[in-house]
Amino acid sequence: MHLVIEPGLASANYWRDLWRYRELLYFLAWRDLAVRYKQTAIGVVWALLRPALTMVVFVLFRRLVGIDRGGVPDALLVLAAVLPWQFFANALSESSASLINNTNLISKVYFPRLIVPIAAVFTAFVDFLITVGLLAVVMAWQGFAPGWTLLALPLFVALTFVLSTGLGLFLAALNVEYRDFRYVVPFVIQVGLFISPIAFSSANVPERWHGLYFLNPMVGIIDGFRWSILGGRTPIDPASLGSSIAITAAAAVAGVWYFRRMERHFADVI
Amino acid sequence: MSAPLISVDGLGKRYRIRHEQAQRYTALRDVIAQKAAAPLRWFRSGAPPAAPAEEDFWALKDVAFTVREGEVLGIIGRNGAGKSTLLKILSRITEPTEGRVVLRGRAASLLEVGTGFHPELTGRENIFLNGSILGMSRAEITAKFDEIVAFAGTERFLDTPVKRYSSGMYVRLAFAVAAHLEPEILIIDEVLAVGDAEFQQKCLGKMGEVARSGRTVLFVSHQLATVENLCHTGLLLDGGRVQTIGAVRDVIAAYSAGSAPLTRESFATRADRRGNGAIRFVDAAVLDAEKRPRGAFVSGASSVFELRLQNTTGEPVRAVHVSVGIENAMGQRVTTWSTSYAGGDFRSVPSGEFVVDIHLPRLALLPGSYQYYLFTTVNGDVADWLLPAGSFEVEAGDYYGTGQLPGPRDGIFISDHAITLTH
Repeated sequence: MHLVIEPGLASANYWRDLWRYRELLYFLAWRDLAVRYKQTAIGVVWALLRPALTMVVFVLFRRLVGIDRGGVPDALLVLAAVLPWQFFANALSESSASLINNTNLISKVYFPRLIVPIAAVFTAFVDFLITVGLLAVVMAWQGFAPGWTLLALPLFVALTFVLSTGLGLFLAALNVEYRDFRYVVPFVIQVGLFISPIAFSSANVPERWHGLYFLNPMVGIIDGFRWSILGGRTPIDPASLGSSIAITAAAAVAGVWYFRRMERHFADVI
Repeated sequence: MSAPLISVDGLGKRYRIRHEQAQRYTALRDVIAQKAAAPLRWFRSGAPPAAPAEEDFWALKDVAFTVREGEVLGIIGRNGAGKSTLLKILSRITEPTEGRVVLRGRAASLLEVGTGFHPELTGRENIFLNGSILGMSRAEITAKFDEIVAFAGTERFLDTPVKRYSSGMYVRLAFAVAAHLEPEILIIDEVLAVGDAEFQQKCLGKMGEVARSGRTVLFVSHQLATVENLCHTGLLLDGGRVQTIGAVRDVIAAYSAGSAPLTRESFATRADRRGNGAIRFVDAAVLDAEKRPRGAFVSGASSVFELRLQNTTGEPVRAVHVSVGIENAMGQRVTTWSTSYAGGDFRSVPSGEFVVDIHLPRLALLPGSYQYYLFTTVNGDVADWLLPAGSFEVEAGDYYGTGQLPGPRDGIFISDHAITLTH
């Protein structure tokens, strides 16, 4: 093995190193999960309680406001949206804080730094998988059978994964340089909760607002989740899906690019 | 002869130092405020805004050396000489600003013991986590697991969270993982300054074994004796530049010579003193517990501050008080060592020269520069008073025995403490 260290040359072996350190990705994600479950009394129940309570609140909200129920049980309609939203929100907040939370690693050991925020997204992904179990229970309870559209679900999961990774990388790198961003992320997530179709459906949004509304990449993803889980009984606008895919791709490319550009200074400024 | 395993050429690292900013990180609000204020200033003064108060600082400059296969190179130098920066570049934690390093072999670096250890996880879990952080594959860790545990001697506590470990056990386990890395190039920083004496011996043995097995080791330490024992060649850094490189004895000699004024500070020619001169301070020296000269104190290490004094009266004198006042770089008095507190004033001292040793078990000073004042009285009359007498450095050391070295940012003094959790 032959390794050259020069200014601006860290990239030469980067992707090969990333592959070589893939086990570290697993260990970091595992560490975060193991620690969380050791430090909490009810452990895994938290992963279920949050989406379950969110679902209850939004179902009550829908009943109170009197939003048209359509052909799908409210609980399922809301849960199908809470699932991707919570995955996105957890992944984004954990990955954006991940570098700061691992300062000691970054200042003392070399490894491709991309691993840290990606491991945080994986941690959120495990929680997501647990909540999928909750969805299955609610579906069985409601006597709701999914259709062939369920086959498309992995596509939407992948979209959420890539979107939150891309944005997470961007925010994680910004967070190292400007600590203000730790206040920005919770705010973005809070606003996102209201401008994404979780309590309501995209059908409730007037058509003339669609141009603006579809700029939120979670719109296409959440509508996709609903369409896929609810057997095509809710509509999905191809324009919103296209916008989601485009924004996700842009976020991923920009996130990786920005992260790689800032990465070489992390150890100096963190 | 084959090509050197490590070649470093023209290596430099520049840091930008921002003035007027105590925080290490930037806050966006500051950047926005600065950018927003700039045109306003420009408008008022009629001139373009001056560049922000930034200064370049070269932590390393024009560093060049080579290391052959099987060589054990000891890197020494004072605080701030660039040792850590050099190690960080060689470990790829940070990029150089200029120059080039070629490493012909798998390198592993150990800048801290127990990096990434998580207190909530068990010993077993931490071995896997730490091993993987240091670049071992899971298969490698599994293969060496028993060896690591045996080396650390913590078999019984494998399934106990490491937060319940004693600090000694914690350090042993952490070092054990690192000691079982098998790279061709091993880069080590100060890790031997941890643990009890017996375990340090064990670590030294392991390092010697690594060195003898033909692997290349780069080793940074303040402990000159260890460097001399372990290394063939030495490299002395000073102000970011290579001062001397060569046989380890010569380099250590150069280091000791360079730090002579610090090692023994003479007051013979000083005129800025008060007192009747019945007793005068001759010189002062920083020594380790075995009374060997040291360039500087080390936090947590046992040391001796040796004062030589001269009784000029030609006969023994009675009731002699000696005290040393220590001030930090900010001019704050940090502590006082005094015969009043330790053992009482001397009833009698002989005529001529005599030596007063101030024994300092576990020196509780944070790393940094200190000034000291010397004061002595005979029968209550001031005999000699030097303000300030001289200065010494304190280097980072493992005061708490945890491998986590308290640093200059931690405050103005070190205090022993225990922290417990109650549910």
